[in-house]
Order: sequence, then C-alpha cells, then structure tokens
Amino acid sequence: MTLIALNNLTKKYGGVIANNDITFKVDKGEIHALLGENGAGKSTLVKMIYGLVQPDIGTMMLDGESFAPTDPRASRVRGIAMVFQHFSLFEALSVAENIALGMENPPKTDALSNQIRDVSLKYGLMLDPNRLVGNLSVGERQRVEIIRCLLQDPKLLIMDEPTSVLTPQEVDALFTTLRRLRDEGTSILYISHKLEEIRTLCNRATILRHGKVIGICIPKNETAKSMAEMMVGSKLKTPQKTITNFGLPLLIVKDLSLRSTDPFGTSLKDITFTIRAGEVMGVAGVAGNGQDELMLALSGEVLTKANSIQLEDNFIGQTGPVERRLQGLLTAPEERLGHAAAPEMNLSENTLISGFQRQKLGRRGFVNKLGAAAFAEKIIEKFDVRTISVGSAAKSLSGGNLQKFVMGREILQDPKVFIVNQPTWGVDAAAAAFIRQALLELALGGAGVLVISQDLDELMEISDTFTVISEGRLSAPRPIKGVTTETIGLLMGGSKEI
Amino acid sequence: MIRLEPRTNPSQAMIILTPILAVLATMVVGGILFVTLGKNPFEAIRMIFWDPLLGEHAFYYRGQILVKAAPLIMIALGLSFGFRAGIWNIGAEGQFIMGAVIGGATGLALYPLNSFIVFPLMIVMGALGGFLWAMIPAFLKIRFNANEILVSLMLVYVAFNFLIGMVTGPLRNPDGFNFPESRSFQDFPAAHNPELWAGTGIHLGVLFTLGFVILAYIMITRHIFGFNVRLAGQAPRAAKFAGVSPNKMIAICLGLSGALAGMAGLFEVTGPAGKLTTTFPLGYGFTAIIVAFLGRLHPIGILLAGLLMAVTYVGGDIIQSQLSLPKASIQVFQGMLLFFLLAVDVLVNFRLRISKRNSK
Repeated sequence: MTLIALNNLTKKYGGVIANNDITFKVDKGEIHALLGENGAGKSTLVKMIYGLVQPDIGTMMLDGESFAPTDPRASRVRGIAMVFQHFSLFEALSVAENIALGMENPPKTDALSNQIRDVSLKYGLMLDPNRLVGNLSVGERQRVEIIRCLLQDPKLLIMDEPTSVLTPQEVDALFTTLRRLRDEGTSILYISHKLEEIRTLCNRATILRHGKVIGICIPKNETAKSMAEMMVGSKLKTPQKTITNFGLPLLIVKDLSLRSTDPFGTSLKDITFTIRAGEVMGVAGVAGNGQDELMLALSGEVLTKANSIQLEDNFIGQTGPVERRLQGLLTAPEERLGHAAAPEMNLSENTLISGFQRQKLGRRGFVNKLGAAAFAEKIIEKFDVRTISVGSAAKSLSGGNLQKFVMGREILQDPKVFIVNQPTWGVDAAAAAFIRQALLELALGGAGVLVISQDLDELMEISDTFTVISEGRLSAPRPIKGVTTETIGLLMGGSKEI
Repeated sequence: MIRLEPRTNPSQAMIILTPILAVLATMVVGGILFVTLGKNPFEAIRMIFWDPLLGEHAFYYRGQILVKAAPLIMIALGLSFGFRAGIWNIGAEGQFIMGAVIGGATGLALYPLNSFIVFPLMIVMGALGGFLWAMIPAFLKIRFNANEILVSLMLVYVAFNFLIGMVTGPLRNPDGFNFPESRSFQDFPAAHNPELWAGTGIHLGVLFTLGFVILAYIMITRHIFGFNVRLAGQAPRAAKFAGVSPNKMIAICLGLSGALAGMAGLFEVTGPAGKLTTTFPLGYGFTAIIVAFLGRLHPIGILLAGLLMAVTYVGGDIIQSQLSLPKASIQVFQGMLLFFLLAVDVLVNFRLRISKRNSK
C-alpha cells in the first residue's frame, strides 16, 4: 500500500537544479531510507514533502489524494511530521512548555504532561515533561522533538540525520522506537549517511545523486561499501593505515580543569592525556560533553593553568593562540563559518587568521597580499577546494568545500600537533576519505593528531588510541585494538571503569 | 512583487554607489522639507551644495570648508576602527572637549613662555586627554562588561560640565572681565594654531588630518592590525581563534578614537575657536559618527564624506542667514544623509528582484 507517491518532482534554485525529475514511493508501514551525498538533493526533497518549498514541476499523492502543501502547517494537517537535524528548542523552558509552543491548540499543561508521559512510556522514550530543556542531553532533546511529532499521530515521520548526536545505546533505543512505530503502520522517511544503520533498520532505500534518483535498493542485500559507491558513482578508496611506533611525547595535558562560563556549558575536570609523535588519538563523545571547551583550552582561546598543558618542553597553558601556533600547535574548530573562517572575507584573507605568523604572510605586521593569495591558491589546489577564485567570500563555499579549505589551511602549515573537532562533519564521502587520509599522513610524518568526533566509524578507522569525553571528563586513553562498540557506548554514557 | 535577494559576494559597485544614492535621496526629501517651510527648494539646495564651493563668495567659504572638515575627518578616522571592530564609541564629543581642555590648560599653564616646545606638548596632552577620557568606558567594559555606548555618551555631558567648571574657575582669563572664557590663544603665539596660508583655512590640524588619512589607509588595507579590526567586527569568534584578544581590541579602539578626538579638540581650540568658552563644543564629535558611516568606515571615503559634511555645514550657515531657515532644518538635512545611507546600504548585500507573485 503506497502512502506517499512523488511523481516527476523538479526544483530549481536560480540556475542550479536541486531535484531533477524525482519519482519514488513510500509504502505504509515501511522505513524508507533516503541516501545521497551532500548536495545530492535530499534536503530539498524533504522540504517539498514538508511544505517548506514548492516543486516547480511534478505532483505528489498522499493516501491516493493530491497533495500540494504550501506551508508546513498544511503538511502537518495531512499527517506529516519532521524531526530536524538541528533542534529548535528553548533551553530555559520545560519539556512540556516547549512542546506546547509548537502546537496549534495546546491543552492545559497538566493534560499535556500526561499525554507526554503516555507517549513516552508507550514508545520507550523516557522523558520527564517538567525538566528544563537546558539540562537535557542531546539524546533527550531529540526525544522531545520526536514526542512533539508523535503527539500529532503522524502517518509519515521524516527524520533528518537522527543518530549523528547519539551514543550507540541511544541509537539502539531509538531504533526500537522506530520499529514499533513502523509495526503500528507509521511510515518513516529516514535520512542518514550512516550506511550500517540503514542496513539494520531500513526496508528500502532510494539513492540520490546530483538531484536525480539513481536507484532503489534493499539495504539488507547490500554492503555499506556498495551503497556508498552508488551514492558517489565511483569506487571508493579507504584510507590506508600503517602501524607505526610512536615517538616522543609532544603534547602532555595534565589535570586540566576549566570552569565553563556558559550556564549550559560543560566544565572540564582533570583532563589528562599524552599525544606522542606519530599518534592519532580519537576522542569520542556525545556533543555537549566538553568537546568545545576542550578545543578552546587547547587552542589557547581560553587560558588555563600554565602547567596543565605542555607542548614538548614548554608549559603553554598561559600562552595565547598566536604563540602556540608558532610553537607548532595548530587547531581546527568544529564551527567552520564564524569560528574557523570569517564568512564575509575572501579565502585569501582567511588564510591570515591562522597563517599570518606561522606562514610568514607578512613582515613587521604588514600583510603580504600576494603571499596570502598564493597560500590560498596552494590550499585550493592540494585539497581540491571547489571555488571560483581566492577572491570568493568564505560564505559562498559549500560546507564541505569550506571544511576542506580549513583543514588544508592548518595541515599545510606542517603542524607538530594538530587538534581537530569534527574533521569530516557535513563533508561528502570522497572528501571525508581524503581528509582522513591527510590526517593519517600527517601522523606518519611525525606529528601528533587529536581528533574529536561524533562519528565512531571515523574514529575506529583512523585512531591509534581511543578515549571518550563525558560530562567534561576524559576516560583513560587505550589502544584502539580491542575496543568494542559496547565499551564505547558505556564510556559515552559516563561509566568510569570498564 | 519586489523582492530582496541575497548576493553571494557583496557588490563592489554598490559600495561606491550607495553614498551617492543617499545624497540624491537626501536632496529630494530635503527639497520637500524646504518646500513645506515655504522656500524654493532648488535655491536652498543650490545654496547648500553649490554656493560654498563655486558660488559668488566661494573664495571665503572654501577655507571654512577645510576648517570644518578637518576635525570631522580626524575624529571619524579614529571612530572608524572601533566601528569596524564592533566597539561603539559614541562619546567622541566628550573626548574632543577633554582634549581641548587638557591640551589647552597645558598651554595656559605655561603662559607666557615663548618656546617652540609649548605647542607640541599641547598636542600630546590634548591627545592624552581624549585618550584617558575614552579609557573610562574601555575600563568599565573590560572589567564589568558595561555598555560602552551608554558610558561614552554619558561622559560627553560630564566633559561638558567639566569644561564649564574650568572656564568659570581655574582657566578663566584673569584679564577677561570675569567672562566665562579662557585667555585667547591668539594672544599667546607659542600656543596658537594659526592659519598657515591666508584665506585657505589650512592650519596644522588640517595637515595632521591628511597625514592620518594616509596612515589609516595603510593600516586598514595593508597591516595586520587593520585585518584584526575587521575580523573582530565580522566574526568575533574567528578573531579569538586568530589570537586577537577582545579586551585589547576594546582598549586600543577606544583609546585610538579618544586620542584622535582629543587632538582634534586641541587644534580646534587653539585655532578656529581661539579660546575655551562654554559654547566651544559644536557637535563635531557627533557629526563625525555620520561622517564615519557615510564614508563607509574607509579612510578615503571618510575624507570625502567629511568634506561633503563640511559643505552642508557651511551651506547650512548660508541658508540660515539668507533664507532665514531655522538651524534645526539643516540638522534634519544632515540626519537624513545618515538615514538614507543606512537604508540604501541593504543594496550592497542584496539585489532587488522584480518578479511575478508566486501563485499559491
């Protein structure tokens, strides 16, 4: 039984065709995956279903009737609900208040709280309606969004990258919920780039490439690699890791503690680890457990006790970012636009942010514009950044290309120690493989690399040693060999001794 | 339906065109204003923009233009760095007054010492006076996160009352029949800032201003300090990442603008104004804010905007005397300039699209 049918949908933005003649169906009671690289057109497609944008050509049928939503409300009325990748919740309000805000005619708070409790019990989504959202973990916040959708009794639930912020245990719990929903007849359109998850969860998958439907497959009958190759349209090369002996300690962090100034931030507590030459250390953890704070402390944007961070022979806890870079400690923060790069400035100028001193892009404070442009040119070439010229504003680049630019800017400065948060977030599969390879080569060349990531598969692929950050504490680093997904999950949940 | 569509890259043409559009719009709406006041709008606009430059008595007015433009440009240059970095010094008028009082007092204290060292010392003290006055909002912002807009603005009124206290007290001219004003600097050659070439209006402050325009241009386009200022304004977190300390930025930008405003005050009081009086402040510190934005916070733009604003000042005097229009009318006219500039500014980052309404 078909729930929703999309017939020949086409959507153009200016001269760019985001969706080109898309046709596929989602059946009642199935979990249907939508696969594709960044820019393949997944977002545009679900936005059309959710009524956020309207197709230029083509029609949709829902339950056998014509369906052409002009806004999300029209979609919700027809039984379509969506959980976005980025939540829209007010931290200072309770769960029930947040849910009431999204409703057309919210019931009294008590009645609503009871409804929330009923739904959360029924689907195994434990959640106290009276808690402040600011105090919830990311996984719990997602439950708020899911419950908000379930209260509408949807026929089709759209989920955009729902597991990117969850621990393995939380993922399992979510999948149990989704399977129960499916068994009750709800259809789920599931967007993810985690192919193993899709194999275990989804009944069918539609693959998009460059805005077109490339094919429909049964994920169980495919391998993750074969699906990835369908997405990319070519053979994938997995980064090659060579076992090396580690050299001398480069970065020694000892009892690093830092109080967060943000009321909803995380304080760092007694962080201790050592990175040796040639070592790639992976830091897993659910977002919001102190990753950002750790980055700031290591980059020098926030200063700490002098002796809590040691780079080779120098204590640098009280040293600012410029001096740390000159000593060989480079970093790449998670947020590309606005933190790693200035949106309005062009690429040439953006090299100055971290390269002015270390790359000697000037003399006595005067900027060598040609030198900066040449460095930007080199990054663009070596890291295959797709852009019109070094004169393009950073914000005009796609997320993946800007990430490549930022990674290139730091890696080409030949760091002794490189610290990166979410190196491949939002980057397509081929570019992600390229960035991982570059990180491994950096380590092979004798640098120490610290990778903070939410992507466990990525960490398993490139790390030598592994640790987990949870509530501002870092677990003792251990060799990646022998680490199981279960151990990681327990560590991510905050378990101390395993 | 007319829509605004974001541009991927800011339009370079519009950066130059928008000030011109703003001036034209001001002329049109200002003309309407003059019509409602019962005057011939073409005559009034001609008097404001044409007569000071090329009219019958322009030989006299042209000198006046430089005299009025120099302090506006000097102050606006200082402000532009802070404005680019997102640090809002609204109190340049106060720093201007303090520069004039401290620098002027230094000279008066040395009266009648006839030494070449007097005037340079006064310039330094004038700049220092403005600098220290601007350090008050800087300190309060760094230490207590107090809003620099409010603090610097309120300090204007403190400075004004300090000036009144000084000219009615310690700095009052002992030979001046108890008038609330200081000794005239014209009577004290070592401390006087005279017109260097008769009839041109050029005094030492005008030459300093030109030097600062060049210096500021080099800093903002070629030096890493200028880059850091822009970075701090556009992407504060990226600036932190680059190693720019926000607190240092606050101190430098406020200090710099304070010092330049103070120096402008010193040149004004020792030259065109001639002495410290209770009517010494003319609002240059406030008008410089308009000049800074009209000039797009760019040194060359500020130079042109300062000259334009000076023209409207002189032209305003002309329409006041010849058309007997109220002073407020020219102030409204000047205010419109900033208003229209901010309004058309949207065209730099957006383009207008005229399209058929989307059918629902």
